Amino acid sequence: MSRIEACFSALKSNNKKALIPFITAGDPSLEMTVELMHILTAAGADIIELGVPFSDPMADGPVIQRASERALIHGTNTDDVFNIVTEFRTKNESTPIILMGYLNPIEVMGYETFVEKAANAGVDGLIIVDLPPEESAEFAEVLKPHGIDQIFLISPTTQGERLNRICEVASGFLYYVSLKGVTGSNQLDVKAVDDKLNEIRSKTSLPLGVGFGIKDPQIAENVGRVSDAVVVGSALVERIAEHADNGEKMKSEVSSFIGSLRTALDSIG
Amino acid sequence: MPETNKKSDTSESESYMTMPDKRGHFGTYGGRFVSETLMGPLEELEKAYKKYINAPDFIAEFEHDLKHYVGRPSPLYHAERWSEQLGGAQIYLKREDLNHTGAHKINNTVGQALLARLMGKRRVIAETGAGQHGVATATVAARYGMECVVYMGAEDIQRQAMNVFRMKLLGATVVSVEAGSKTLKDALNEAMRDWVTNVDDTFYIIGTVAGPHPYPAMVRDFNAVVGREARQQCLDQAGCLPDALVACVGGGSNAIGLFHSFLDDKEVSIYGVEAAGEGIETGHHAAPLNAGKPGVLHGNRTYLMEDEYGQIIETHSISAGLDYPGVGPEHAWLKDTGRANYVSVTDIEALQAFHDLTRIEGIIPALESSHALAYTSKIAPKMAKDAIIIANLSGRGDKDIHTVAAHEGITL
Ligand SMILES: Cc1ncc(COP(=O)(O)O)c(C=O)c1O
Repeated sequence: MSRIEACFSALKSNNKKALIPFITAGDPSLEMTVELMHILTAAGADIIELGVPFSDPMADGPVIQRASERALIHGTNTDDVFNIVTEFRTKNESTPIILMGYLNPIEVMGYETFVEKAANAGVDGLIIVDLPPEESAEFAEVLKPHGIDQIFLISPTTQGERLNRICEVASGFLYYVSLKGVTGSNQLDVKAVDDKLNEIRSKTSLPLGVGFGIKDPQIAENVGRVSDAVVVGSALVERIAEHADNGEKMKSEVSSFIGSLRTALDSIG
Repeated sequence: MPETNKKSDTSESESYMTMPDKRGHFGTYGGRFVSETLMGPLEELEKAYKKYINAPDFIAEFEHDLKHYVGRPSPLYHAERWSEQLGGAQIYLKREDLNHTGAHKINNTVGQALLARLMGKRRVIAETGAGQHGVATATVAARYGMECVVYMGAEDIQRQAMNVFRMKLLGATVVSVEAGSKTLKDALNEAMRDWVTNVDDTFYIIGTVAGPHPYPAMVRDFNAVVGREARQQCLDQAGCLPDALVACVGGGSNAIGLFHSFLDDKEVSIYGVEAAGEGIETGHHAAPLNAGKPGVLHGNRTYLMEDEYGQIIETHSISAGLDYPGVGPEHAWLKDTGRANYVSVTDIEALQAFHDLTRIEGIIPALESSHALAYTSKIAPKMAKDAIIIANLSGRGDKDIHTVAAHEGITL
């Protein structure tokens, strides 16, 4: 069983929701990213989504754009991201790690090389924002023997035939983008999310995560009631940026924020 | 528009005019690499484009506006004095500079705005570098009564103050983009972010033959009027097809507009001219087809300027309209198939051509177009006196006089 599968099945038997924080690799530094990952799991994260910085993050709002820029200014590259995961795995063998990024850094490395390095480092899933199923047949072939899941996004505009096709090719879990917009947007509507998740559930038995626009424990709890997992990105990255010059404060803020989300999700029962 | 030109007599059966395939691929290039939220809207756009592009009513309205609003057909002008001075081929200039708003860009914005209206979108957005596409979009938005927002890199806003004011006069909102390198590519990212947020009522008018399918094909089709006219004008005025075509390549819309009708006339040589900036060898240029490699950016696979880890790198050209790290996927395919040649000229060479055309023919060309002229002046002397070159004069140079003056140490 893959780490992602094991994680969701354990949560399910305990009647719990998955908490998936997102941070950008290399922001504020490579070393701090590894530390933060351990802090996230200690505070209650079930899966970690690690952003791979890209110069042109078309689907991201300003908070994650700036995190990406900061990481790139420090010289963070794709091999550094793999090193972060390798380093994390020396102390944590169980928490699934999902890389989230854009296609070009993968293309330039070559699909085979990228996937091999990811597998060796201990990566469990990939979200490639600008690689829709229509363009990913070749990549899927490369992934298969390595047991890495390609996590597909579904959005409010995904309908009909396309929705069926995504449910067919997806593995790991499905990531529902809660709104029309970029990461960090504001207008999440829980009722609309619930309706769409019900539609998706009629087509797949995979766990359903929801992200974009989850900013605080209350929204996390509301979304957690209708989904299997919540992803929190910009609200967390913002806290990291705010305390960039005070590492200890950053760590305690991150820990208490994740803790508050954990408590909110666990109150669902 | 459907291509009405019959293939010329050629023994080869292969046509270069059938691309892209159903999924928007030009060979291995093109495609649709966008976030999930845009996949549905792009399918909707593709459906509308395919429905209307061959519909008689749409074609009639498009052609009416090109004639009465844009001022088409644009002349094919025999630059006799310049040809004589260069001492070789006869040079004909396709005068896109005489279009309303002063460049080829308006052909595309008229087409897309008509499509937006038919799709019931009341708001249009655009990215712009030099401001030419922004002005062309703001212009049609005014004419068709649409709300218009133009994204422009903070850096470019500084460089192109006049076009910023033109857009504002036309009623557009100009949004300064502070992200990344603060230039055209970042403006495109920001326009995409707007579109993803406002897909229900917004039409994104992309300004060149880049972006996800169907944009590269659609923008080409709206600009293909350039080559359709030029081909017929050349037959009428010179009695034969040209020996060579030359056009500058930023994203590649004026170039593909000129080239497309000639792709199956295999005796016609085709040259696309990229910006070599301070010289290809310095790294300060904007010539992905000459010095980049294939990758994925802005929704399509094409040649890009990137570092070894696939991060997009900053470009340089004296011409803001060529300052882009990617290029339309059809050009990538035409390069690989060998049907077209992609060459480059430096800032200095383009400036020389700018002055030459101004002094010898009394036409002030855009700095973008000056790249095509500079390459024309390199090959013309090596050709026979009865050979013909058509160079695309994609825009007029009024917008560039501050840049040229500054380069020469003159304060206006
Ligand atoms: C006059 C002119 N020519 C050429 C270009 C380059 O664009 P493209 O390569 O799409 O024709 C521009 C872009 O701003 C322009 O203003």
